Amino acid sequence: MFSSKSTVAVIAVGVLAACATTDSGSPVPTTGPNLGRPATAQEVAAWDISIPPSGAGLPAGRGTAKQGETVYVAQCQACHGAKGAGKPADPLVGGVGSLATAKAVRTVGSFWPYATTLFDYTRRAMPTTKPQSLTNDEVYAVTAYLLFLNGIIAEDAELNAQTLPQVKMPNRDGFVDMSRK
Amino acid sequence: MDTRDRSSRAPVARPSSSKPEAIDRRTFLARSAGIAGAAAAGLAAPEALAQAVDGVPPWMQTMGTPMRGYGQPSKFEGKVLRPTATGYAAVTPGAGASRTPLQELEGTITPSGLHFERHHNGVPDIDPARHQLMIHGLVKRPLIFTMAALARYPMTSRTCFVECSGNSGPNTVSPKPPQVTAGAIHGLVSCSEWTGIPLALLLNEAGVAPGADWLLAEGADAAAMSRSVPLTKAVDDALVALYQNGEKLRPEQGYPVRLLLPGWEGNMSVKWLRRIKVTQGPTHTKDETSKYSDPIPGGKALQFTFELGVKSVITRPSFGMKMAGPGWHEISGLAWSGAGGIRKVDVSVDGGATWKEAALQGPIFAKSLTRFRLPWEWNGARTVVQSRAVDDKGNVQPTRGAWLANYAPPARYHNHSIQSWEIAADGSIANVFI
Repeated sequence: MFSSKSTVAVIAVGVLAACATTDSGSPVPTTGPNLGRPATAQEVAAWDISIPPSGAGLPAGRGTAKQGETVYVAQCQACHGAKGAGKPADPLVGGVGSLATAKAVRTVGSFWPYATTLFDYTRRAMPTTKPQSLTNDEVYAVTAYLLFLNGIIAEDAELNAQTLPQVKMPNRDGFVDMSRK
Repeated sequence: MDTRDRSSRAPVARPSSSKPEAIDRRTFLARSAGIAGAAAAGLAAPEALAQAVDGVPPWMQTMGTPMRGYGQPSKFEGKVLRPTATGYAAVTPGAGASRTPLQELEGTITPSGLHFERHHNGVPDIDPARHQLMIHGLVKRPLIFTMAALARYPMTSRTCFVECSGNSGPNTVSPKPPQVTAGAIHGLVSCSEWTGIPLALLLNEAGVAPGADWLLAEGADAAAMSRSVPLTKAVDDALVALYQNGEKLRPEQGYPVRLLLPGWEGNMSVKWLRRIKVTQGPTHTKDETSKYSDPIPGGKALQFTFELGVKSVITRPSFGMKMAGPGWHEISGLAWSGAGGIRKVDVSVDGGATWKEAALQGPIFAKSLTRFRLPWEWNGARTVVQSRAVDDKGNVQPTRGAWLANYAPPARYHNHSIQSWEIAADGSIANVFI
């Protein structure tokens, strides 16, 4: 990647240049009319639902696997099968330790490097019939249930904004970051 | 006084050694209309010959239809459609893909209505008056732009392809070569002229803060599709696109506003763009971890493999067509590279034993579909035709075997290997792995 210093430099060049060109020679504007209005902190908080591995931005709330089982049966099982076995949608459980074998099974448990991704994706996109309808407690709980089914956390472990980012996923070190190569 | 010999106006294509392309094209057109037998040796279709007898076709003897507000293709082209595939149709009918019917098209620009689709939970029905774009995170001034505000910004246009990194998947995951059309295999690539605002310009207005090196782009669809993008790409050639092929974006392509990252895997060009959060490091969204990463031998997976490899495919002749006999044919196809422009395309008509450089249709734009053509006299014997593209960075399209060796099965993404079409002595065409 590049340093923050070079980022600033790249952008500053863009501001100073009167006009750049694309690789086909077309002019590319670099300065605009400043027609955006300031976003308030309240607006940002309402829109910002993305959760990085650090857990920054995780909402208040909590849940355990036991509570999550109820959520899963009601909201998820019809597509993901009993206990995350899959069908018709993707399996969510299993395959831990299989990735280096000829029959690799890639699931939330065996493949996903961060537990925060499970929370983020469930909250933003699930269930597909009514996305963004689960409460934060429900998302924490069903996240806990899936991690429990995968043998990653205990059944009575509580997930919240502090504990979720601390979950160590089995395949945490299983990726090669090509953006830095 | 009418002394014209009406039969001389008949659209008869005569074999002519000075214009092999014309013969070839008529032959293909006739065949594609489903009358291959009558079209042998370059003769015109029986209907055309029948019309030649009395000279004046019916559409010259009646008034044509009046003007209409928005044009549509001829009803005789109704079969030119995107094949669709839905992985979870029973539970999420809007999640899936449709592919551009590459074998039905010519030139390089994809008609907007035939641009491939990949949606993760359907196409949202967005009212532009209620849609806004927020830029926030590690910026000095978090901003919200209405669509009316964005419409007032200075814009630029560029022609480029969009390709899903899962393109050519049927050739990737299937143990046997699937006998489907070029579009059904490779049609997750399309090419348009896109117009919009450089993302760098909007980021300048928000003021990127020190320490930022990535951003998160999020869509306003029912999947709230989200991907992380390195800031280097964002300030290089990323576009906040509002127009496609001169008109406002189609809903399937992100109406009213999408991100466009030329040459990078299509999933990152987030449609229905609603939010850009400038960050330090990637967010590791679902679609950049569990999907769109590339397993390699040993159990690990490559992550953030954004740039699409140099690639080409012969679209004519290809599966589903039938050679109308030995003689002159034009081999036609598409080449592209996420790294830049296409430098050359070599074509083999003997299964890779020898190669001949095809002509490239200009102008050649970087990160854009490029049409190649090569006249060919087919001797009527069984053979295999292939194309191999080289981009202006020197990257060479690999064979299927060489490409597969880089990944652990089931490799799913970034297959840019050589396509092989086998032509049988009877003129039928099959997909083969060699």
